[in-house]
Amino acid sequence: MAKRSAPEVNAGSMADIAFLLLIFFLVTTTIETDSGISRKLPPIEDSPEDVKIKQKNIFTVLLNGRDQLLVEDELMELKDLRPAAVKFLDNGGDGTCDYCNGTKDPSSSDNPDKAIISLKNDRETTYGVYISVQNELVAAYNELRNRRALELGPAKGLGNMNFVEMESNYNNVNWGGNKTKLKEVIEQIKIEYPQKLSEVQ
Amino acid sequence: MPKFKKKTGGELPAISTASLPDIVFMLLFFFMVATVMRENTLKIENSLPSADQVEKLGKKDLIMYIYAGKPSRNYAQQYGKEARIQLNDKFAEVSDIAAFVAAERASKREELVPFLITALKVDKKAGMGIVSDIKQELRKVNALKINYTTRQGDVTNNF
Repeated sequence: MAKRSAPEVNAGSMADIAFLLLIFFLVTTTIETDSGISRKLPPIEDSPEDVKIKQKNIFTVLLNGRDQLLVEDELMELKDLRPAAVKFLDNGGDGTCDYCNGTKDPSSSDNPDKAIISLKNDRETTYGVYISVQNELVAAYNELRNRRALELGPAKGLGNMNFVEMESNYNNVNWGGNKTKLKEVIEQIKIEYPQKLSEVQ
Repeated sequence: MPKFKKKTGGELPAISTASLPDIVFMLLFFFMVATVMRENTLKIENSLPSADQVEKLGKKDLIMYIYAGKPSRNYAQQYGKEARIQLNDKFAEVSDIAAFVAAERASKREELVPFLITALKVDKKAGMGIVSDIKQELRKVNALKINYTTRQGDVTNNF
């Protein structure tokens, strides 16, 4: 009689086992979101000083309880908010801002350093709408900063990199460029277009 | 008598499914690697709003999460339909936030405490009232760095 070899193990059910595990992982796990809009809250001050700010330097954005957007006391659509904010910030009314491209309207903001966006919301405002408005305002700042970065970057040997890319490169450990130079440019842009977003309590 | 019979029929051989487990295992490993286990069981509805000007959050262990939203259907009977705060695995009141932040701070190494970020995961249908309350409470305990966690997407999805 011929010598019998060991019988082969049937691997047909391996797929079933793997499927079972796969379905378990599919069901139990969720991909977590870990990105968002970062903000810094103002610290509580015991004796708030009264700072005199000219009315023309304040850009009031109001969200009422019915999710209507009022910008400078006028009803506005969300898509118009970004251009309006850019126009206000980039106005440069007093002429000290030599990098602004605005209309230099004397009845609007003096310069980006003085321009303040004031955001007020109701208790009944929906959070989603509030985030949309926050997003548009951040986008307005980013638009100006990006433009400035493209003006400054090539002169510093950083090439065509906008502000958002600069920041992500700065935080990226694998980026091979000159980080001290990058930081200088980022800091300069942040001073030129400071994010002054005040929330009314 | 011959020991082996020659196959007579000219049938098609069956398709080998031997590589099926390999394919499935590949998928399995992808999901195992790409997903993170949820730390908290959510008792609230939590569909985050979308935004496109987002920054990525850095270290996971330096973030404390505050959830808010309408209690999910299982808990609606008990807790009503108003948006509520959830800390860790429990429903909480606004006044509990101070204790929560203190506990989170105590659990981190001292030199890392200034870098703690509070991530607010709030349902997009919730009212701003509860968010304002949370922010006011965070200001009181001097936890000023916050992040509104959002999905990547178009803002018009929030309406």
